[in-house]
Amino acid sequence: MGHAYTPGLKVTEQQLVEKRRILPLKGDVIVKVGDQVKPDDVVARTVLPGNVVPINIANKLGIPPEDIDMVMLKKPGDPIKKGEEIALSKTLFIFKNYCHATIDGTIESISSITGQVLQRGEPSPVEVKAYLQGEVTEVIPNEGVVVKCTGSFVQGIFGIGGETNGPLHVATQDNTVILNEKLITEDMAGKIIVGGSRVTANGLKKAIKAGVRGIVVGGFDDQDLRDFLGYDIGVAITGSEDTTTTLVVTEGFGEINMAHKTFELLKHHEGEMACINGATQIRAGVIRPEVVVPKIDADKTEDAGSGEIVGLTIGSAIRVIRHPYFGRLGAVTDLPSPLHVLESESKARVLEVEFDGGERATVPRANVEMIED
Amino acid sequence: MAKFENAHDIKVIVATDCGSTTTKAILIEFVNGEYRLMSRGEAPTTVEAPFEDVTMGVLNAVGELEELSGRKLLDEDGKFISPANGKNGTDVYISTSSAGGGLQMMVAGVVRSMTAESAERAALGAGAIVMDVIASNDKRLPHQQIERIRQLRPDMLLLSGGIDGGTTTHVVELAELISAADPRPRLGSSYQLPIIYAGNKDAAKLVSDVLADKVDLRTVDNLRPVLELENLAPAREEIHELFMEHVMAQAPGYKKLMSWADAPIMPTPGAVGLIIQTIADQYGIEAVGVDIGGATTDVFSVFRPDGTNGEFNRTVSANLGMSYSISNVFAEATLPMVMRWVPFEMDERDLRNRVKNKMIRPTTIPQSMEELIFEQAIAKEALRLAFVQHKSFATVLKGVQQQRTIADAFEQSSSGATIVNMMTLDMLIGSGGVLSHAPRRQQSALMMMDAFMPEGITRLAVDSIFMMPQLGVLTEVQPKAATEVFEKDCLIHLGTCIAPAGQAKKAGPVMKYTIEMPDGPVSGTLDYLELKLFKLGVQDNGLPIKVKATFEPERGFDIGGGKGNAVTREIYGGVVGIVLDGRGRPFDLSSLDEKERVSYLRKWMTEMDIYPKEAMA
Repeated sequence: MGHAYTPGLKVTEQQLVEKRRILPLKGDVIVKVGDQVKPDDVVARTVLPGNVVPINIANKLGIPPEDIDMVMLKKPGDPIKKGEEIALSKTLFIFKNYCHATIDGTIESISSITGQVLQRGEPSPVEVKAYLQGEVTEVIPNEGVVVKCTGSFVQGIFGIGGETNGPLHVATQDNTVILNEKLITEDMAGKIIVGGSRVTANGLKKAIKAGVRGIVVGGFDDQDLRDFLGYDIGVAITGSEDTTTTLVVTEGFGEINMAHKTFELLKHHEGEMACINGATQIRAGVIRPEVVVPKIDADKTEDAGSGEIVGLTIGSAIRVIRHPYFGRLGAVTDLPSPLHVLESESKARVLEVEFDGGERATVPRANVEMIED
Repeated sequence: MAKFENAHDIKVIVATDCGSTTTKAILIEFVNGEYRLMSRGEAPTTVEAPFEDVTMGVLNAVGELEELSGRKLLDEDGKFISPANGKNGTDVYISTSSAGGGLQMMVAGVVRSMTAESAERAALGAGAIVMDVIASNDKRLPHQQIERIRQLRPDMLLLSGGIDGGTTTHVVELAELISAADPRPRLGSSYQLPIIYAGNKDAAKLVSDVLADKVDLRTVDNLRPVLELENLAPAREEIHELFMEHVMAQAPGYKKLMSWADAPIMPTPGAVGLIIQTIADQYGIEAVGVDIGGATTDVFSVFRPDGTNGEFNRTVSANLGMSYSISNVFAEATLPMVMRWVPFEMDERDLRNRVKNKMIRPTTIPQSMEELIFEQAIAKEALRLAFVQHKSFATVLKGVQQQRTIADAFEQSSSGATIVNMMTLDMLIGSGGVLSHAPRRQQSALMMMDAFMPEGITRLAVDSIFMMPQLGVLTEVQPKAATEVFEKDCLIHLGTCIAPAGQAKKAGPVMKYTIEMPDGPVSGTLDYLELKLFKLGVQDNGLPIKVKATFEPERGFDIGGGKGNAVTREIYGGVVGIVLDGRGRPFDLSSLDEKERVSYLRKWMTEMDIYPKEAMA
C-alpha cells in the first residue's frame, strides 16, 4: 500500500537512452559495435517469407487427390510465375486442362491426400532503422542491435502513430495555449511541433496537410480522436495507425496544460533534432510514447535520470489524475496512515495536498501521480 | 509433502493463486467439525524481472499467513512443513496460476458453428484465453488464415474436425495450412509448439503425417465423435497436461512450485469453473458466476436444459473490463445505454474524456459520488455485454437434426438455441473489484440485477476476496473442505431477487406476496415498475436465514410456476435481503420519457438505499 500512487512520467534534461532494434525474424545485422548511427540509418534487414496461397488442383482438374503427382508439371521448391501452367490433365487425348499459378513464388508442397498445392509468394524485405542518433553498443547476432545515446527524455501518457524524427519547433507562446489551425504554418513541414494545453481537430488536420512529422501537446479531446481515426480506440494499444503525423500527448484527455517543466525543456531544445514515437500499450509490459532529443557531444557516462526512486513524501510535487481535481498540481502536505472514507464511501489511503494557489484538499493516493524532479 | 489416502485426514490446507500482479494465499483448518478459512495473505507476484522466480512471491504470501495465523508453515530452508503437527505445518499445499498472461490458445475446426465451436468450448473450459478460432468456413482466405497463425504465438493449438468415420479431407487441409504457417510457441524457442488433435479418428494418421515432424503432436479422442455428442473431457485433460508440461515449465520458478504442490497446478479460470460446477452439482442447482476485471470479464454457467445433467460453459470477453478496457465497454455499449443508469445529466464530451483518462491511468479510484455512480453504470453495461456473449455461446449443439412435432413448429426454436434460462437460474455469483469492493453491498446486488435481469427467484452472492480459484483446485483434493469454505467464508450472501417475468401496459399490481419473516408474516402487493426491499440477514455462521414465502403473480406474469400461477417455497436472506423487482421482464425503459426515467431510477435507488440521498439530487 505504501506505493499506492502512480509513479510520474519521466521528464529529464539528460539521461542515457537505450533502444533494442530487433528484426521480426532472424536476418543480417549491417552495423557493428562502435558505429555512429543517425535515426534513418538501416541497422538490420531480413526477408519475410512470402504468403502461402493454396490451390486445390484435384478439384480444379476433376481428378482424385491421389492422382495429383501424375498431373503436376512442377515439384516442391520449383519457382513459379503468376499465370504459368503448373498442372495438366489430359482427357480423351485431345482435351487438355491446365491449372495456372495464381502468384509469383515457389511451390511449397503438394498433397495427395487433399489434392491441395501450396504456393509460397515472393519474400518481402524488412528493414530496421536506428531510430536514435547515437552509438551501436551491442550487436545481437542475426537479430539486431542496441543503440544508445545521451539526451533529453520526455515520456508521454498516450500517443498515436509510430517512430519519426525532425527538428523541434515550439508553436505556442506558452504551455496553456490551445494549438489550433491558425498557429500551424506551411514552414512547419518536416518538423516536430510543440503545443500547449490541447491540439484541436482542425489543428491536427492542418498539421498533417502541411507535412508536420509530429506533435507534442498537453491534451487531446477524445471526440476529436474518434473523428480523426474514424473509429473509437477501445484499449490503449497504439502505434500502428495509418497517419503521417505522430501525436504524443503528455498529460491526458481533455484540455490540460502541458506540465511547465516539460514545455520549458522542449522549448530549451528548439531547433534540435528530436526522435519521437507515439506507440502506447497500457497493459502488462507498459509502453509509453516518448520524445528523445539526442545530444551529440554529451558525456556518455552521465546519467541524470537514474536516481533512486523515492516514494511520496511530504513536499512531493504531484498532479491529480482523476476528477474532481483532475489535472491540478500541488505539493503533499500530509500522508495520514489510517484508511479514509471518501465521498464515494470507498475506503482508501489518502494524502493532503496544497494546490498551486493555496487551496487544500484530501485525495486518494491512487489518484495522484508524482512529478519527478 | 504428505499424501493422504483418505481425504478426511486432511486437516490443514494451504492454497495459493499466482495472479499476474498478486499472489494470494489462504489457510484452511478443520476446527469444531468444519473446515473454515483461518487467514489470508498476499504479496506481489515475482514472475517478472528482477526476481524471475514465482516461488518468492508464494513464500512471501505464505509468510504473511504465518504472521497472521501464528502457524509455522515453512522450515528454515523455506520448504513447507508437512504433515501438520499441532501449530506447525500443513497437510496439503495446492496452487493455481494465471501469471505470465495465463494459458493462450488457438483452436481450429472444420465448421465454425460445429467442431470449431466445440473445440473453443473445450479450450475455454480448460481455462484458456482463445486468441483466434480458425475454421474452413470462417470466410477468410487460406492465406489470411496462415498469416494469422503465423502472427499469433499461442502456447498451444487444439485442432478438431469431422465426426468419426466422416470425411477426412477438410481436417487434413487444415493440418496442411497449420504446417505451412509453421507456428512458433509463445514462450521459449527451445521446444516445438504443442498441438492437440481431437478430430475424426480416421484422419489421425494423415494429420500425423503432415504435422508430426514440425510440432509436438498429441492425439486424443474426437471431441465431436458424432454430431449429437460433445466429448470435451479428453481434450481438456490433455490441455491441462500440456499446460503443466510446457507452459508452466517455461515460466521462471514453476518447476520448483510444481514439486511443492500436491495436485497439478491449474490455470486460474479453469479452477473457478471447477468450483462453480462442484457447487452446482452438489445442490443440483443452476448457477452463473461472473468475474469482472480490469481488462476482461469471465462468465461461467451451469444449466440443466434436460432437467438433470449440468452443462458447463465458460466465456471470456477479452475487451470488456473496468480499467484497461473501460473505453471499449463505453464504445460497445454506447453512451445512451450507460447513461440510462445515471439519475442526473452529464456532458458527453467531458464523459468521453473521463473514460479515456481512466483507460490510460487504470489504477485510479472514484473519489466523488458522481464518479462512483458513473463507474457502476459502466460496470452494469460491461456485465450485460459479457452475458450477451455468454448466452450466444452457451447453446445446445448446433448442426444436430431435430425431430419436430406440430407444437415445436409454433415455438420456432432452432438448433443452436441458448441453454441460458434466467427463469430456472438459482444462483448468481459476482466477483471482481467493482462487485466485491463496492462501498455498499446493495450496490453489488443492484449492479447484478440490472446487468443480468434475473427472472423468477434467484439468489445473489459475491465472492468476498476472490478465493474461488484456490477452492476450485481444492475440490480435486478435498471437495468437502472446498464447498464448506465456499459457502461460509468465500461467499457473501446478498439475498434473493424475486422478479416476475412479463410486461404491463400501464401501472398496476404485478404480484401479491406473503413472506413468513422471523418476526411475523409480511404481505402486500408489488406494483409494475416498483422495487421493494425486505431485510432478512444471515446467521452467525455466515449462512443466510431461510424463510417460507408465497408469490401470486398476476395474469401475464410468471414467477417460475407458469403465467399467473402461485409459487410457495423457501427463500434466502443475506446482507442486503429480499428484493421484489416489479420492473418487468424483458426490462424496457424506452416507454418512459427522460423525466420519468430519472424519477424511477431515484425511487429504486432510494428504496434499496443504494447511494446517499444528496448524491441523487
